[in-house]
Amino acid sequence: MAETLLKGSGITQRWGGLVAVNKVSIELERGTVHAVIGTNGAGKSTLINILSGEFPPTEGQIQLLGKDATHWSQAKRARQGLGRSYQRNTIFPDFTVFENCRLAAQAQVQRPWVWWNDAQKCKQSVEAANRALELSGLTEVKERFAGLLSHGQKRQLEIAMCLAIQPEVLLLDEPLAGMGAEETDRMLKLLANLKQGHAILLVEHDMDAVFKIADRITVMVNGSVIASDTPDQIRINPDVQTAYLGGH
Amino acid sequence: MDKFFSGQFLFVGLLFAGLALYPLFGSSYGLDLVSKIMIYAILAMSLELLVGSTGLVCFGQAAFFGIGAYIAVLFSPESESASLLWLLPASILAAATYALFVGALSLRTKGVYFIMVTLAFAQMAYYVVHDTKLGGGTDGIYLYFKPILGSVIDLNDAKVLYFFTWVFLVWTFVFLAILLRSHFGRVLAGIRINEQRMRASGFSTYPYKLAAFTTSGGIAGLAGFLFAVKDGFVNPEMMSWHLSGALLIMIILGGLGHLRGAIIGAFAFVFLQEFFKSPAIFGDFAKHWQLGLGLTIIACVALLPKGLVGLPEVLRKRLYGSRQPRDAQVVLK
Repeated sequence: MAETLLKGSGITQRWGGLVAVNKVSIELERGTVHAVIGTNGAGKSTLINILSGEFPPTEGQIQLLGKDATHWSQAKRARQGLGRSYQRNTIFPDFTVFENCRLAAQAQVQRPWVWWNDAQKCKQSVEAANRALELSGLTEVKERFAGLLSHGQKRQLEIAMCLAIQPEVLLLDEPLAGMGAEETDRMLKLLANLKQGHAILLVEHDMDAVFKIADRITVMVNGSVIASDTPDQIRINPDVQTAYLGGH
Repeated sequence: MDKFFSGQFLFVGLLFAGLALYPLFGSSYGLDLVSKIMIYAILAMSLELLVGSTGLVCFGQAAFFGIGAYIAVLFSPESESASLLWLLPASILAAATYALFVGALSLRTKGVYFIMVTLAFAQMAYYVVHDTKLGGGTDGIYLYFKPILGSVIDLNDAKVLYFFTWVFLVWTFVFLAILLRSHFGRVLAGIRINEQRMRASGFSTYPYKLAAFTTSGGIAGLAGFLFAVKDGFVNPEMMSWHLSGALLIMIILGGLGHLRGAIIGAFAFVFLQEFFKSPAIFGDFAKHWQLGLGLTIIACVALLPKGLVGLPEVLRKRLYGSRQPRDAQVVLK
């Protein structure tokens, strides 16, 4: 049995009368990609926001690395090993690619009171940034300004910034959005590579990619989970077919 | 980064050297004017730390300035000079403490609400000294004996005061320049661009912003102290929102996001003010100096979107017709 790194139980989010997420339970294990699919408005992004600590859920518990993290701030969850990427790029366009990663890595070695030291000479964060760039294949463009990268590279940088904080769990919100075939392939290779040491939650609309890479798929409709199984089982699940895949 | 620093330091180094030499030939009027500008430059840099570096548009900087000034006057004994050794730290500490209080509450809001809340707290401070016994009525309070440090520093001497101010101008610039490239400063830059991403990376952004706010308030208090000592006088207008607004104009005029922009902006603003106020040039129209100043500032902002700091770049483009942005050239080479 693989090690469970992140566990959400009975997560519910209500916005007034609307139930955006309804009693969702989910487990992320090391060495696996767990994909969450569903139509727009199914509550996937809300779920990812709750797991990463963007806001607290109305109900439910979250365990990170065996500890109760329900009331931890987003920053604390990140420091404890939870990295997330955003659907929209959240890179720092005026910084170099390297500095984007270095600044993220600095979160693991925060020393704001050492005001006289040059942050760019901080060894730990420089090393962590270089490792993250290496892993995500951006070393060649590390001196470029992030705003000048191609769309695919920006998405890679988004992931690299997650890796820079050396997380155990990765929550990836549509990392393939807007990518061409070649860029998608490169990203899938990267994800397959990252799978080894991490537990990955993948929210994605590209079904071919999801079925290619996921070890487990959870299907959400109107905030509820209607199925959670291996890709092969999901493919033949009649509920999923009527609700979402439309006979895919 | 090193390149950025060398360019910034070359210009500012020359400016500081020029300011250090100015008393050799400047008139007493000129000395007083430049002292005033240097104090405004310190104050503008304190605001630049918030607005340009952290992205927090504070509309109440005058309060911290005024508190520093009032403490300097209220804590001075009536018939002798106070010691700099405790009076200056007292001014800075009082301003920083109020900034800590204001920041703790106002930083829970964002955007236009933050602007309004900081303004509200500044107005609160204003009405504590406006037309009250504590603030010396509408006239303000005089400081008859300026603070001294033994027999080493006597701020009653205008030249000593000038150099005293100069030292703090240089100190503020160097301190903030070093601070901005440190761990702390880089986090502030990250917060300015995308606070959400900073939180997702593991930074609790609130304490960082509060620390920046408090530091900024302390430096504004230092400027207030210097101003009170220079004029030997404080009045409620030092805390009015007009000054907070003028400071914002200074840093926008100079160029947001650059420390030297705050210094250049302070010089430009006061020079423009003096220019349009001058009856020798404008005759009777000098009464309406705000009209000329306002139009000039509008023109500057329209023509120089990056402020006066961006002037060399604009001129270079005009002269050589280069359409390629500088950043792109650096990257593509």
